[in-house]
Amino acid sequence: MTGPAGDLTVAGLDPGRAYLLDADRQRLDVELQQRAPGGPGLAAGPEVGASALTSRRSVRIAIAVALPLAILGFWQLSTSLGWFPISQLPSPTMVWNAALDLFERGLLATYVGISTQRVIIGFAIGASLGLLLGAITGLSKTWETFFGSTLGAIRAVPSLAWIPLLILWLKLGEQSKITLIAIGAFFPVYTMVSAALRHVDRHLVEAGRAFGLRGFRLFTTVQLPAVLPSVISGLRLALAQSWLFLVAAELLGASAGLGFLLSDSSNNGRVDRLLLAIVLLAIIGKTTDSLLGVFERWAVRRWT
Amino acid sequence: MATPTDTRAPTDTFAAPHPQPTSRPTIGRQLQVEFRAVGRAFVRADRRPHQVIRDVSLTIAPGEVVAILGPSGCGKSTLLRLTAGLDRPTSGAVCIEGSPVRGIDDRSAVAFQEPRLLPWRSLAGNVALGLPAGTPRDRGAERVAQLLALVGLDAFAEHRPREVSGGMAQRAALARALARDPGVLLLDEPFASLDALTRMRMQDLVLDIHAAAPTTVLLVTHDVDEALQLADRVILLGSEPDREGATIREILSVPGDRPRDRGSAVIAELRAQLLEGLGVSRHAQPAPPPIPTAAIGLAH
Repeated sequence: MTGPAGDLTVAGLDPGRAYLLDADRQRLDVELQQRAPGGPGLAAGPEVGASALTSRRSVRIAIAVALPLAILGFWQLSTSLGWFPISQLPSPTMVWNAALDLFERGLLATYVGISTQRVIIGFAIGASLGLLLGAITGLSKTWETFFGSTLGAIRAVPSLAWIPLLILWLKLGEQSKITLIAIGAFFPVYTMVSAALRHVDRHLVEAGRAFGLRGFRLFTTVQLPAVLPSVISGLRLALAQSWLFLVAAELLGASAGLGFLLSDSSNNGRVDRLLLAIVLLAIIGKTTDSLLGVFERWAVRRWT
Repeated sequence: MATPTDTRAPTDTFAAPHPQPTSRPTIGRQLQVEFRAVGRAFVRADRRPHQVIRDVSLTIAPGEVVAILGPSGCGKSTLLRLTAGLDRPTSGAVCIEGSPVRGIDDRSAVAFQEPRLLPWRSLAGNVALGLPAGTPRDRGAERVAQLLALVGLDAFAEHRPREVSGGMAQRAALARALARDPGVLLLDEPFASLDALTRMRMQDLVLDIHAAAPTTVLLVTHDVDEALQLADRVILLGSEPDREGATIREILSVPGDRPRDRGSAVIAELRAQLLEGLGVSRHAQPAPPPIPTAAIGLAH
């Protein structure tokens, strides 16, 4: 079938011949303007009451720190007025001094350092395994059936129940603690990834297949980007879980770390150090979570 | 039956004044599609087989535009999916150029009812998805740019799908299918979700694309006017009263070069005939003007 028609090329067309009406462009302009921050339309203007209050960064920060400052103030007040005995609730100043004391002895950096290291290693191992098994079970009904109930049962075991067994098998060293943290980090990632992959838009996957994508390339081109926001939410949960499991691991059998600081201070009656450990856990946990939160927001913008 | 050379090239009024740069690759392979007694049965929830289509036999000439028309749920899309290799027939075979379709086939490309664009990629990135595997990067980029210009989206290449209208997304999906350089272009009700005016513009666009790249086109639609506007032949699918599964009820050749006058008497008569085949009354009071019998080739 060769004729003049076969020799025509794409360039033979008058591009854009009224397929895109001006109306189309105009409507689009309006839509984009409405989406743009500060533009007219749906963006929050100063007259919109509640949302106007949080629209400025400085105001948001002020609102966010109000409660922690109030708690601190109340704490200070209750100790200066002698509502609680110092042996039960030391003042913020005493906790601060305890921090300075530990810092000067070089213990604070050591404890925070070793705890963070355990969390990072355990989290990395657990999250990687969670990604791998989540991907396998999310992509294949057979593997889901094979692994699903067993992993579900293991997840039901409370974290503390593992400790005697891990100490028996792996002794008191780093391995037992990292293993426990890895168990804690594994499940949120595994669950989220597996569920998200099972719910990837079938239409998109079919379109990918129709254009010749298969196996690994289909996974990296369609499925993985589609689940990335869920993966990062899973990682965020896993990190929070890692800190919980860290304390469990360090409470029972450690010679350094924030959990050790907790149990050691409890044995010595150093309530100021005990409170310090709790405050540190709160601050470090919140900081790492916020970092992943920034990453998560970026991912949602980029991949949806 | 129309052949590509006699219907398209001479009537292509707006391609002629534009001289072509020589480096542009040609598009438009034209391949023959043949349905050999194709049937597809599904297994229902109660484990009894359910025949969707049966005994579909049809040969589509290279470069021909064929519309498959039929009521909802009659297996139109199933027929298209079998041609695309997204599904397999339970009996018979679909052949392209004489060799049966087994699995996804790079000789055909689909545009679905929904755009189905990857939301995290730009329109250009989505069109690039359609490029045949192993296309060099620079040639691929050039081709994507050409195709986006072809569908009038060159100004929106870097926009994300959610930033453009439904019609624009559907045009990008069409460009993605064309990027594959298909010998058979499969269109599964691609304009059904668009508003009436956008749909007509898209129909004109398909005609222009077909004029520039005269590939074989198989178009599934439930819109009689769309079928009459675009197709060389219209296949009416439907089921017989006491047999399960839809099959070909009628094959109509549509006379006249495209673009066709939407109001012509011959087209009006064909429309009424097709609507009647779909079970819609024609509500005709006066006798219609006589139709030259040669114009309505009733082939089977």
